[in-house]
Amino acid sequence: GVMERSREQLLRQTCEAVVLGVLHPRTAITLVLQVLSDAGSLLSCCLNAACMALLDAGLPLAALFCGVTCALQPDGTILLDPTARQEQEARATLTFAIGSSGRKVLMATTKGSCSVDEMQQCLAAAQRAADTIFQFYRDSVRRRYSKS
Amino acid sequence: MAAERGRAAEALVGQVVLPGDLLLLPAHYDEDAEGERLRLSTGAAPQGRLLCGPGLRRSGAGLLVTKCGLLRHRPGGGGAFWVDSQQKRYVPVKGDHVIGIVTAKAGDVFRLDVGGSEPASLSYLAFEGATKRNRPNVQVGDLIYGQFLVANKDMEPEMVCIDSSGRSSGMGIIGQDGFLFKVSLGLIRKLLAPKCEIIQELSQLYPFELVLGMNGRIWVKAKTVQQTLIIVNILEACEYMTAEQRKQALAKLSGT
Repeated sequence: GVMERSREQLLRQTCEAVVLGVLHPRTAITLVLQVLSDAGSLLSCCLNAACMALLDAGLPLAALFCGVTCALQPDGTILLDPTARQEQEARATLTFAIGSSGRKVLMATTKGSCSVDEMQQCLAAAQRAADTIFQFYRDSVRRRYSKS
Repeated sequence: MAAERGRAAEALVGQVVLPGDLLLLPAHYDEDAEGERLRLSTGAAPQGRLLCGPGLRRSGAGLLVTKCGLLRHRPGGGGAFWVDSQQKRYVPVKGDHVIGIVTAKAGDVFRLDVGGSEPASLSYLAFEGATKRNRPNVQVGDLIYGQFLVANKDMEPEMVCIDSSGRSSGMGIIGQDGFLFKVSLGLIRKLLAPKCEIIQELSQLYPFELVLGMNGRIWVKAKTVQQTLIIVNILEACEYMTAEQRKQALAKLSGT
């Protein structure tokens, strides 16, 4: 459907920004994501899974990326990683893909409407949350390499 | 936007590094790097020439990590840094010895599947003692152990079964029977390390022939089919077993 296509495009743009395609000319890199269960924040979950898959496969990356979803509630509070119910009740849902070098924004998508200030606040909150996710990546990789 | 702090490369040796990490080189490397930038010819390797191995790319004054893994360092000969990463997919590298499967014969050239993104080509003259009259007997489906003569991202990889002096030194067509299977590249590197315990312990069990390809392929042949399969299972399981578990498994097998 259209939603899936839109998600594919957003994922593709994010991956193309970090994967060093220069090292693999004339090569197609296919990323397949299978949704096992959806409890909200699906796009940022897909982004995190895509990054871990690229790490695991050993593709050369210029930086890591992670996805963070923010839900703006009607009273103005910002909720990170909303559940499906919270997303529906929210005034606006924003998803950001944050890169690991300098916390740059690689992709931003919004559903609903919000003011520019609110978007900046959500972005700042997402950048702070990205630190936790990158630390999780580091711990996972450390655990994997500690076994060998 | 917070600037990315680079960490000293030598402080991170032996630790896990992730893509995007910036490694700073110590000052004396930079001095020689200055001198190198002015030099136009390569000439003899200067004292401080640093080798940037797999998983690393030069970026400004430091090294950018592009793969996740353990950072390794070799101090001899100017120093070398590389990232020891585990992956299953092979990317052809010049000089690697690999096992290829012949998929087609196109005129004077064989097409081999080596597990990379493109099939490799192997000329029929690249065998020891091969001439235009004396062609090697290679059929589709045969296994060939050879090394890469040309392997870069821009060209189709080319393999040969002779070394630079024209001798085969163990390369060529792998014989009949035996069993070919695939493991991860990290396990192959472990098995190829000098004094590998796994190979020594296995050789105490049964006599067998073993060919290890850097593309993750292993060919095993023992006296009977059952012995071959036992060795295959142990090698595949070695990836996840610790040393004690492996010793226990081998003790059980040699006991029965």
